Amino acid sequence: MARIPSAAPADRFPASGRRSRFPYLLTAILAASVVYSLRAAQVDPRRFFEGDVLANVARFVRGALPPELSREFLGLMLRPALETVQISVMGTAIAVLIGIPLGLLATSSLTWRGVLHERASRAGRWGLGFVPYALARAALSVFRSIPEYVWAFMFVRAVGLGPFPGVLAIGVAYGGMLGKVYSEILESMNPRPLETLHAAGASRLGVVLYGLVPQALPNVVAYTLYRWECAIRASAILGFVGAGGLGQQIELSMRMFQFNEVLTLLAVLFVLVAAVDFASARIRARLA
Amino acid sequence: MYELSGVRKVFADGSVALDGISLTVGRGEHVAFIGPSGAGKTTLFRILNLTLRPTAGRLVFEGQDASGLSDAALRRARTRIGTIYQQQNLVGRLRVVHNVLAGNLGRWSTLEAAASLVRPRSAGQAATALERVGIPEKLYARTDELSGGQQQRVAIARVLVQDPDVLLADEPVSSVDPSLAVTIVSLLRDLSHESQKTLLMNLHSVELALHYFPRVVGIRDGRVRFDLAPEKVSGELLAELYAGDRDEEQALERFQDGKNPFGGACRPLPGFGA
Ligand SMILES: Nc1ncnc2c1ncn2[C@@H]1O[C@H](COP(=O)(O)OP(=O)(O)OP(=O)(O)O)[C@@H](O)[C@H]1O
Ligand SMILES: [Mg+2]
Repeated sequence: MARIPSAAPADRFPASGRRSRFPYLLTAILAASVVYSLRAAQVDPRRFFEGDVLANVARFVRGALPPELSREFLGLMLRPALETVQISVMGTAIAVLIGIPLGLLATSSLTWRGVLHERASRAGRWGLGFVPYALARAALSVFRSIPEYVWAFMFVRAVGLGPFPGVLAIGVAYGGMLGKVYSEILESMNPRPLETLHAAGASRLGVVLYGLVPQALPNVVAYTLYRWECAIRASAILGFVGAGGLGQQIELSMRMFQFNEVLTLLAVLFVLVAAVDFASARIRARLA
Repeated sequence: MYELSGVRKVFADGSVALDGISLTVGRGEHVAFIGPSGAGKTTLFRILNLTLRPTAGRLVFEGQDASGLSDAALRRARTRIGTIYQQQNLVGRLRVVHNVLAGNLGRWSTLEAAASLVRPRSAGQAATALERVGIPEKLYARTDELSGGQQQRVAIARVLVQDPDVLLADEPVSSVDPSLAVTIVSLLRDLSHESQKTLLMNLHSVELALHYFPRVVGIRDGRVRFDLAPEKVSGELLAELYAGDRDEEQALERFQDGKNPFGGACRPLPGFGA
């Protein structure tokens, strides 16, 4: 047996004295992929000065100025703006409802691996542990690998136009992201308090409530708020496929070449995003 | 209470922490475990509190072979074993009252446990336990604002709330100063004496083990080296137990020179009775 137990993990994995070649390799790969992508993505600044590109830009800018500020237009836009906020709030709420249970199941230290499971029966460890864990992981990665835009497209087909498909799209796509990140946060928490509670006969949920939640809460809340900020931007984009909100108005105005309206709408969106940023920063500061 | 025969523990990385431990502990007994760092004391306690599964050998707890217990039966058995750990194993962000009441988690339903986080279910019980360990005023303090010694007392208060039949204390005093060490060891001894609990304690300090326990087990390299009454534990046995371990050898020399570092500290502190 190892006779020096105070040996930190570093002693168990002796660092090799030799410099690793890995950083150089990584740099070379990165450089090669940038060069390759530059060509494949047809990045070519000369295109700015060809044909009537500049004229098009000028036309767009001139069309956008001055922004449309008539009382009538602003009044009309109030509802879509509010709708954008509502979509983002409801979407994030649904994402949390999806993310929490799936995130807990996807936390390996809770379901099947590690010290809480050393003595668990085979059935407990696999049937009630690993299988739900693997299913939850799979569901989460499907949810988040399909872009919210595509989800919105599908939900518009399923439930019709309006804010509801937007809410569902954000809920599902962001639920996948939240669940994944929640599980990573939970897995990185100090396991000692969990072992202590477990050793005193606490149930799995008892361990979560008294050991994990208090440790993880600030990180979980901060990440959820960050996702809410993203959701407000996303909910504007989703309007483009008919899922309500400011996005739908932006798309309409663009299609009718009303660039002055577009500018106003973008400004409204900017204000919304800034307000959400501000609110979530305040909440996070409170929690830290 | 416990019967161990040939218990081995080999970790996934191949290190052999326990190499054939056989031991019997009766109900209400007080036993101290000593041995050099890395001897396997903590591992033994994690097997005794039914967290780790022995790689080989038999562990019988209260007449039941632990390897045959269902998940539910294991949980029930664990509620009867209270552990105080070497490191601070409390949740720092929780208030003291919740860390103490967590001793009830083996009894409470999930709903009761959740409700108690909002409004403590039996704050009185927590207050009583804190009073017994000498820090009643900390009931609503945030746990990470307490000193190391106070946190150790919170851990003891939690075990009091749990009210188990066996108390396992894994170096409960390694992070506190010598006078407090004496206080905590005698506190644990008196508390388990009052309620006739079995008390097993790992100690780095030979002095405390010999002074406060009627039975001392020496562990080295995952094996029991001796299992004797304190007056039978000779200087040679101790020297052999700690051979090659520099810090321990020095402490031992001081001890054998008669310069007991705890000599001046053996008076009880205020609030702890005799
Ligand atoms: N989870 C683990 N994985 C691998 N090896 C471990 C693990 N836990 C303990 N060990 C090893 O098992 C041996 C015994 O460790 P243990 O913690 O039981 O010693 P100890 O007697 O409590 O020491 P100390 O007095 O320093 O607390 C050590 O060699 C240690 O490195
Ligand atoms: Mg130890």
